[in-house]
Amino acid sequence: MSQVNAQRGLSSRQETAPPTGRRQLSDMRIVQLFILPTIILLILMNIFPLIYSLFLSFTNYSVISSDPPVWVGLDNYTHILSDPDFWHNFATTGTYALLSVSLQTIVGFALAMLLRSKFAGSGIITTLVLVPMMLSPIVVAVFWRLIFNPSYGILNPILGFTDINTSPEWLGDPALALWAIVIVDVWQWSPFVMLLCLAGLSAIPEYLYEAAAIDRASVWFQFRRITLPQVMPLLLIAVLFRTIEAFKQFDLVQGLTFGGPGDATETVSVELYRLAFQGQFETGLSSALAYIVLVVIVAISNLYIRALNRLREG
Amino acid sequence: MANIELRGVEKKFGDVFAVKPLDLTIKDGEFIVLLGPSGCGKTTTLRMISGLEAVTVGQILLDGRDVTWLHPSERDIAFVFQFFALYSHMSARDNIAFPLQAAGMARHEVKERVAQVAALLRIDHILDRKPGALSGGDQQRVALARALVRRPAAFLMDEPLGALDAEFRETMRAEIKKLHLAQHATTVYVTHDQIEAMAMGDRIVIMSAAVVQQVGTPTEVYHNPANLFVARFIGSPGMNLVKAKVEPDGARLPGGGLAPISDRWRRALEGSGLEDGSVVLGFRPEAVQVHDGGALRAGVYADDLHGGYTMLHLELADGEIIHGRAARDAMNALGSAVRFDLDPDMMRFFNPETEMAILS
Ligand SMILES: Nc1ncnc2c1ncn2[C@@H]1O[C@H](COP(=O)(O)OP(=O)(O)O)[C@@H](O)[C@H]1O
Ligand SMILES: [Mg+2]
Repeated sequence: MSQVNAQRGLSSRQETAPPTGRRQLSDMRIVQLFILPTIILLILMNIFPLIYSLFLSFTNYSVISSDPPVWVGLDNYTHILSDPDFWHNFATTGTYALLSVSLQTIVGFALAMLLRSKFAGSGIITTLVLVPMMLSPIVVAVFWRLIFNPSYGILNPILGFTDINTSPEWLGDPALALWAIVIVDVWQWSPFVMLLCLAGLSAIPEYLYEAAAIDRASVWFQFRRITLPQVMPLLLIAVLFRTIEAFKQFDLVQGLTFGGPGDATETVSVELYRLAFQGQFETGLSSALAYIVLVVIVAISNLYIRALNRLREG
Repeated sequence: MANIELRGVEKKFGDVFAVKPLDLTIKDGEFIVLLGPSGCGKTTTLRMISGLEAVTVGQILLDGRDVTWLHPSERDIAFVFQFFALYSHMSARDNIAFPLQAAGMARHEVKERVAQVAALLRIDHILDRKPGALSGGDQQRVALARALVRRPAAFLMDEPLGALDAEFRETMRAEIKKLHLAQHATTVYVTHDQIEAMAMGDRIVIMSAAVVQQVGTPTEVYHNPANLFVARFIGSPGMNLVKAKVEPDGARLPGGGLAPISDRWRRALEGSGLEDGSVVLGFRPEAVQVHDGGALRAGVYADDLHGGYTMLHLELADGEIIHGRAARDAMNALGSAVRFDLDPDMMRFFNPETEMAILS
């Protein structure tokens, strides 16, 4: 048996026809065969659209018209960057991202500090806290619309507003609508920050706190000089993820306010969707907008990653 | 500076004793070594003194002040951890400054104190590096600096040299001893290395199986071990221990030889109430005097040249091996027969039942 195998191995290495009809594949070919489908899929689904949309962003193309794309140079970009409506979208998105990311960072970190010490039921509480993260944003939007509802939602009574005439209209008031989306996003995604922070906290070795106790550090000093810097790398990663998500915020807005009232909650993504798939189907213009968003997100991510590397290397 | 007093201190984890009731007074400025094999309760004892571990029963006093239930930060002690426990995200400088900054000391004063202690330990050039980028020896120096910089009343050190290379250990051992002599701070030093303990300790506390076996100066524990455990544990090799029988003319060794006993020991042995004269006879290798007219016989089993002297492994008539020191140039062919005497002043006797030393 082993002799036969040895012979077969030998013959295939010598490139002569193997005794059986089966093909012998070199390691390299097997590797290529496994990778090929992924590469083809990536090119078709990611690389090609990326490059094609870059091309389209310099044209006046619309998918519903039969005209071929006409090259217009930087027209789309100058149009977007000189239109105050678009700047309003960017400002809305930026405000939203800042509020929502900083709030969920604080809430998530605080939750992690609370759930860090093991107590009876801490496991089940941790699991329950994670539930919002697992829900679909559309489902979340639908039932938060019920919760926010001024006539029968439960939020206003909980907050102490019992008179329907004076109680806040969360989704209808331009001053409150963005906050409403922030609240829902914080509710849904603080657990994500908590999860990463919890991982970071549990990786801090106990002996650091023992050393700090010997060094007579107060609880606050320990938190500032040991806990915070030790969790910082993971906290930054959580913030990076949430920031990217915040800049792409679409589904919650679409589910809660449709960008309204007026354009109070119209984020860039919502505007992008409208440009691309409603009215005139302005494919060229929307591609340009998408590229601007991409550049902004890459730039912000880079800032975070630099901060992260600086933390690592010191 | 401070003296430390342990009164009936014990520690149980569940039903298991990590430290059985322990009484110990450590004098101001003393360098005391806790010595014992791994798992005997040294670290636990040290952690109880520091306050990192609560005592199960007993009292701990610092300078007469009862600190048994005080937080580590209220005891004015420094602790050097076995694996350094440096703050990995901070530079060596910040590590050393940490206890001062925690106390809210002014910036220029912190700078001054850190510079002083860094000069003392000769680590000025590595202050800006993080612990991960330092060698074991430098990490140890930073850990020592962090303990020294606060000028605490007492130092507790848990196997501070355990993680270092053998050659480096000797340098650091001398350095720590020198620091102690300069500062004269009360120090409790834990080690499992008896050579280290003998070299460094003013007094040694020998522990085994959660129990203190003996407390004494290096000379005391070497020459007058309190029991068989200490006799075996101290010295390399440990004390020779052979079963012997006390007879009117001396101690009868296994295989027939008779070693004369001094009058002092004879009286002590008579008063000790041993049954049928069975004892364990103990003697250090340097008590063995090899010469042609010796009363005892043995065969040479092996010999190790130690530079300054030769360590002979001698096989007694019943096959038992003992160690004896001989001159560097002594020529003894393997397997040859030798004669030797035992220095009567250096013989020690132990009760074979209780394993305790018989006192003269
Ligand atoms: N936190 C703990 N929980 C349970 N058992 C412990 C704990 N710490 C130490 N022990 C036990 O107590 C005994 C003494 O440990 P330790 O003081 O660390 O010994 P040493 O430092 O002499 O090696 C050991 O048997 C060890 O397993
Ligand atoms: Mg230990």
